Amino acid sequence: MAVVQRVAHETATHHHEPTSFWRKYVFSLDHKVIGIQYLATSFLLALLGGLLAMGIRLAVGWPGQRWPLLGALLPSAFPNGVMNQGFYLNLVTMHGTVMIFFVLSTALTGGFGNYLIPLQIGARDMAFPLLNALSFWLVPVALIPLLATYFVPGGGPVSGWTAYAPLSAVPQAAPGSGLGQTLWLISLGILIIAFLFGSLNYITTVLQMRARGMSMMRLPLTVWAMFITAIISLLSFPVLLAATIMLLFDRHAGTSFFLPAGAVIGGRVIEAGGGDPLLWQHLFWFLGHPEVYILILPAMGMVSDIIANNARKPIFGYPVMVLSVACIAFLSFLVWGHHMFVSGMHPMLGTAFMITTLIIAVPSSIKTFNWLATLWGGKIRFTPQMLFAIGFVSLFVTGGLTGIVLGSPAVNMYFHDTYFVVAHFHFVMGSASLFAIFAGLYHWFPKMFGRMLDERLGRLHFWLALPATYATFFPMHFAGIAGMARRIYSTELYSFLGGLSGLNRFVSIAAFVTFVAHMIFVVNVVYSLVRGRRASENPWKATTLEWSVPSPPPHGNWGDREVEVHRWAYDYSVPGAPDDFVPQHVPAEAGAPARARA
Amino acid sequence: MATDVERAEQRPETSRGAAVAALIWAVLLAAVVGTWFAARRWWFPELASQQGAQIDRLFTTIFVIIGIVFVLVHATLGFVLWRYASRGGGHRAASWHENPRLELAWTVIPAVILVTLTVLGGSLWLRVHSAAPPGAMTVEVIAEQFGWRFHYPGPDGVLAPIDFRGDGRNTPLGLRAELAGAADDVVSRELYLVVDRPVRLLIRSKDVIHSFYVPHFRFKQDAVPGRVSQVVFTPTRTGTFPIVCAELCGVGHYVMAGTLKVVTADEFAAWLASQPTIGGVR
Repeated sequence: MAVVQRVAHETATHHHEPTSFWRKYVFSLDHKVIGIQYLATSFLLALLGGLLAMGIRLAVGWPGQRWPLLGALLPSAFPNGVMNQGFYLNLVTMHGTVMIFFVLSTALTGGFGNYLIPLQIGARDMAFPLLNALSFWLVPVALIPLLATYFVPGGGPVSGWTAYAPLSAVPQAAPGSGLGQTLWLISLGILIIAFLFGSLNYITTVLQMRARGMSMMRLPLTVWAMFITAIISLLSFPVLLAATIMLLFDRHAGTSFFLPAGAVIGGRVIEAGGGDPLLWQHLFWFLGHPEVYILILPAMGMVSDIIANNARKPIFGYPVMVLSVACIAFLSFLVWGHHMFVSGMHPMLGTAFMITTLIIAVPSSIKTFNWLATLWGGKIRFTPQMLFAIGFVSLFVTGGLTGIVLGSPAVNMYFHDTYFVVAHFHFVMGSASLFAIFAGLYHWFPKMFGRMLDERLGRLHFWLALPATYATFFPMHFAGIAGMARRIYSTELYSFLGGLSGLNRFVSIAAFVTFVAHMIFVVNVVYSLVRGRRASENPWKATTLEWSVPSPPPHGNWGDREVEVHRWAYDYSVPGAPDDFVPQHVPAEAGAPARARA
Repeated sequence: MATDVERAEQRPETSRGAAVAALIWAVLLAAVVGTWFAARRWWFPELASQQGAQIDRLFTTIFVIIGIVFVLVHATLGFVLWRYASRGGGHRAASWHENPRLELAWTVIPAVILVTLTVLGGSLWLRVHSAAPPGAMTVEVIAEQFGWRFHYPGPDGVLAPIDFRGDGRNTPLGLRAELAGAADDVVSRELYLVVDRPVRLLIRSKDVIHSFYVPHFRFKQDAVPGRVSQVVFTPTRTGTFPIVCAELCGVGHYVMAGTLKVVTADEFAAWLASQPTIGGVR
């Protein structure tokens, strides 16, 4: 019976290799091509998101400064060379939107998820290849309205990536709340559908398409993380999709889900009403908080595997690592209210959300200690991916700890919406996720393209990026402690913040250095794609299945080979084994005795 | 041709390990020194409320705890990178990967710390949200794009109901003298409070969401249209303090500053008496 099912699977999913250029590299159904397309898209958008951040730092570092060159290039954004307030808020809005939804989410789940899941579980492709291609091709479709916001009357949205109603609901509330906001909502809605297609696919693939012998508890932590992340996505994104549709209705169909009666916005009296602006916040953060775990769990999974591989040591406490990811995922649905401690929500609710928020720090700290224990007693080699994985651990710890300050609601009354929060999430989810993405790229680039990335440039990238990242985001804590609110175009009206101008300028310069540091990676990719050394099948001496096929793997991944898994993914430095690693596909007799767990 | 990794198998990585360890320790040192330096230059604005003192204390407690964890984790991270860098040659990494006692320890210890912080944080949260003490003054705070107005009940102690639809030059916040209790009401552009007298603020918004943030008092509370949010606190120091809008409310968000003046009871009475009332009578 099982055999019949298996054969049915393989015939159903093993589509033939296409021969035309368009079907092979553009409208491909191959998960590897789709994964790389996702990564390339988020790579390009990271440049955009990074430039937007540079614009923000220009305004905060040198408030009111004239930039004649920018004034000539973008006259409407820089009238007389000075950035206008609306453009500043649009930078803030688009930087958040692009980075969170179009860069980090797409790179981690769309990019690495697509590329790695089938290869690491021994499948020939995703369960639904066509759905997978659709999922990717919805991303450019979502980008069209997003980028179109720059060319519509009133300009792009200015309501932040959180788009709080009624600012985002009533066109009279702000110039960008006209057509720009509508396009933003449409863009987000399309992207959510793309993520939902992807999530369905990942869950089905991991559950149904694992190779013989690949039990759940033999999965690499990367796959576990992607699997659980997909479950979070599938359960939380529809809520935001519903919210965006409701907001579109409020804007265009005369409903008032988020509009209270009696408000007077930009001269317009809200007569219908009966709605509540807090409803938007509840719906938004019901996705918004799980979203940050959508960005951090895959990062944790990849970093776990990279640390074990480069320490040449089994990951410490594998079952606990899996369990802690599951715990974080479960709790992530119960913490959204900590974004709303000062929103006017009932204080008792605040207490409940404080408890869940502080508890979620327990599985997070377990993971950190387990990484340290994995390194302890290892034989560490400092490849660029290992450096970025180490950077990830450091940034995650730094950002995670300040979460404990913010999770305490009374203290949050002071810090909410200050630069302390900006520092916190740029460490724990922005920079940490980004470092994990770089770690993943240094690690899997040879598999993807058959060429090695240059190691010296990789090291230089890390040595500049980590100190520059700290120099950018660490001083923001102090700005927050001093009481500087975020999303403020200029602090000129607040004399108590006058002492921060030097600090803000320092942060801006550090941010520019960070941007330049990451450009080294761009150079490295271009150089290595052309001139990089050819990658062997398994350059890192890794154990997982993707390293048992040529680099890059052929269409269908395994050729005629029947993949069979005999052990877990962490047989490093097994006593008595000939090498210091035993790949998952090596039978017990040939390599070393399979472990009790394996 | 040998890859870097294959060469690394033979060649020790100890100098690289030491360098990366030094980098992690340098980050740690810079963070500690930077914080020490910042604490003298860019720390909290000078405290001016009773509740703020308790918030500062809880912050300090949490800050010390996370500071210790930050230092320990980074010191350890640097240590393992330095100590366990590959020494090349034939030696192998350890192969252990379980230690239930250790794992239990680093589950239970953080859990105990976090439960303690939960109890401390929860009790303070309920204290700052407790009911207003008798004798508290009540002021209605109205946020709008892009400024603040403050509605005082006047001698009768009755805040007449406001209606933004009737908001106009002669009827601020829709208040007309004919409304019950409105005649002696005062609408001001500055918030005057009495030192050491508890105040209950009823925070409302005319249009979009704003946030009433007084850094020197250590609190903020969103002003949400359609809702009335309440905060209670006690100013402890006379002086002039800035009010900041802390929730993005449109292009003029950054100019939405306000002024809070804490004065003595006599000065307050004199100020209130000098303000025009809705009924136009003193």
